[in-house]
Amino acid sequence: MSELILARIQFASTTIFHFFFVPLSIGLAFLVALMETLYVVKKQEIYKEMSKFWGKFFLINFAVGVVTGIIQEFQFGMNWSDYSRFVGDVFGPPLAIEALLAFFMESTFIGLWIFGWNRLPKKIHLLSIWLVSFGTAISALWILAANSFMQNPVGYTIQNGRAEMNNFLDILTNEKLLVAYPHTIFASLTTAAFLVGGISAWNLLKKRHIEFFKRSAVISLIIGLVSSLGVAFSGHTQAQYLVSEQPMKMAAAEALWEDSGDPASWTVIAGIDTENKDNTFQLDIPYALSFLSYGKFSGDVKGMNTIQEEYEQLYGEGDYIPPVKTTFWSFRIMVAAGGLMILLSFIGLVLHWRQKLPTSTRFLKWMIPAIFLPYIANTSGWIMSEIGRQPWVVNGLMLTSSGVSPSVSSGQILFSLIAFSLIYTLLAIAMVFLFVKVIKKGPYASETGDATVTDPFSTGRVG
Amino acid sequence: MELSELWFVLIGVLFVGFVFLEGFDFGVGMATKFLAKNDMEKRILINTIGPFWDANEVWLLTAGGAMFAAFPHWYATLFSGYYLAFVLLLLALIARGVAFEFRGKHNTANWVKTWDWSIFLGSLLPPFLLGVLFTGLIKGLPIGADMEMNASFFGDLVNVYTVIGGIVFLMLVYLHGLMFISLKTDGDLRERANRAAQKMYLATGIGVVVFVLATAFYTDAFTNRGAILIPLYGVAVVLYLFLYSLLKNKKEGLSFTMTGLILILVTVSFFVVLFPNVMISSIDPSYSISLYDAASGAYSLKVMTIVAGIFVPIVLAYTVWSYYIFRKRVTNNKEHLEY
Repeated sequence: MSELILARIQFASTTIFHFFFVPLSIGLAFLVALMETLYVVKKQEIYKEMSKFWGKFFLINFAVGVVTGIIQEFQFGMNWSDYSRFVGDVFGPPLAIEALLAFFMESTFIGLWIFGWNRLPKKIHLLSIWLVSFGTAISALWILAANSFMQNPVGYTIQNGRAEMNNFLDILTNEKLLVAYPHTIFASLTTAAFLVGGISAWNLLKKRHIEFFKRSAVISLIIGLVSSLGVAFSGHTQAQYLVSEQPMKMAAAEALWEDSGDPASWTVIAGIDTENKDNTFQLDIPYALSFLSYGKFSGDVKGMNTIQEEYEQLYGEGDYIPPVKTTFWSFRIMVAAGGLMILLSFIGLVLHWRQKLPTSTRFLKWMIPAIFLPYIANTSGWIMSEIGRQPWVVNGLMLTSSGVSPSVSSGQILFSLIAFSLIYTLLAIAMVFLFVKVIKKGPYASETGDATVTDPFSTGRVG
Repeated sequence: MELSELWFVLIGVLFVGFVFLEGFDFGVGMATKFLAKNDMEKRILINTIGPFWDANEVWLLTAGGAMFAAFPHWYATLFSGYYLAFVLLLLALIARGVAFEFRGKHNTANWVKTWDWSIFLGSLLPPFLLGVLFTGLIKGLPIGADMEMNASFFGDLVNVYTVIGGIVFLMLVYLHGLMFISLKTDGDLRERANRAAQKMYLATGIGVVVFVLATAFYTDAFTNRGAILIPLYGVAVVLYLFLYSLLKNKKEGLSFTMTGLILILVTVSFFVVLFPNVMISSIDPSYSISLYDAASGAYSLKVMTIVAGIFVPIVLAYTVWSYYIFRKRVTNNKEHLEY
């Protein structure tokens, strides 16, 4: 296999794997901080236990997120050296600033939080977890600022054969960043909400620690509803943005080969024939694509064939159509998963309002597999965003094929790909194993004594 | 001073911060195998670095990020050229990073043993690899006119000189870690750490002498930079001799400072030899990449200088504060053990 294909597989697998953990870290840090705030304000021990119990999941997940993030930072230089040379001037600063502003804050205050329960005044301890939460959110901002440059390059000039930054403010107010950031943060909150919701549901079904898990479930359902609605609305602004700035990605996401005509109808499902650049069948909802694109029930959306012609005029001969099927289906999977999340958190809150939540067996059973919904949505959203950008690594500026490292052989990449995949698999297994263990132990593990019998030095505390 | 030169210095400072801080926690990681007699002692050792190691590692990540931002060509040539070394470094850091978190969360023998090995190897490999990498940098690497490095594994990357560099770096880091342990523990462990440091003292000294001689033999360092290097190594020798009496008299704080300073001087010497290049070509000196060739544009550097000027003091302030909070010795008291 060629270096390019291998480097792309490695990038995709690293990014997707890393992005299993990032949203949960962002979301859980916030939820744990919220729970500890309730403890400090209401002075009820149960909220302290809640922040400790859910904090365990946060810490296990955070550790894996951090280590996979290191690969993410280094692989630009390792596998994409020509890309790094071309955009380092613009793309590097957000990454460096991320490390300085976010990584130091997260890692220092997480240490203070883990080891500080009995050493820090309550409010300082609370401040620590809020700073961790703030750090994770800041981290996402800088990463998305960098990624947004790849989607929609702004604030640069081409000089000395590369992109050089000429306006930092433009990079921070990139329209793509403004639509992608809230979408990602809301998605992160849903991820944490559904994990907490699902685990709470399992415990409620087993009738274990009912008060503890009922309160956890309610917090998660409220956050879940607010954030899943937030994901939908911010997703809508993203779609509108795509139509104007990345029309090819949008057209591919709709499997729209020819111009739609006015008004545009939205394709629910389609049989896509990339050979003949046509759909064998499709199921349409009239007016819906116009609404999705412009927020009104009229307006024409450009098709891939038209955009392809425009791009050939602009950039010369070449195939500028991304993998249509992947873009189309990942978009639909994301939207469907998001819709289910809105529905589930809404039903859950209605049940709670009627005081039926702990006894609604059927709903609680749904909530367990629903833990995976945000993961499905996050992954497919990320795939749509990055695959839909192809064949560009920096939209309109650099092709993915031009970014790869010339000095790295396919054998080297293959070695690293196998090594990383192996370690990813082991990490995932270890993490799931620990999650299950923490769930089975339950909160109050230290009080039931099972942690202290075999290990006289364990305090049963988070860490 | 031009901003690109300032950033060369700042990246040097980031690496210095990294070797001083993560240096001791790598050393402690190694000591879990050699010094700890039982699981409890292992836990005490791990807990001495528990609140710090993660933030210490961020110094390396920030150095990498700053390289990318300030010297894209340096970052691109170095990271793609040293591909396999970075793969190994990443694997080691991954295994180590999760080990601290995973180790204490389940208590079967195999589980704990697996993560113990992860901590040990994850603490041993990175300083060795970085030693190899830095010595390779000052020796010169096959950089072509296109700024690409096409290095052979044996010869260019792994050779007598770079292996000496790796081993000496490893010994320094281990000594530094032992000093941290004697500073942060109590009782028998504290005693043993001090005794182990005294044993390591001579070996490390010989190692450093061999390294300096090898540097004179394998590189042009002394011809080009002798005026700075000779006083620099001179100071290191004085500190090293001074360290002996500190060790004997159990002045733990000062001993730790000394091992740290020696590590810093060795690291600084790499940057002194490199300057004004960031990559030295072994094919043709005209292919060497200077910091000016590698640097980002003036605007980018200005933005980053402003951001760093504001935030570095803040980061340093809370870092110092966190060390102050956890200033007490870690003892066999269940209150303190988290891992």
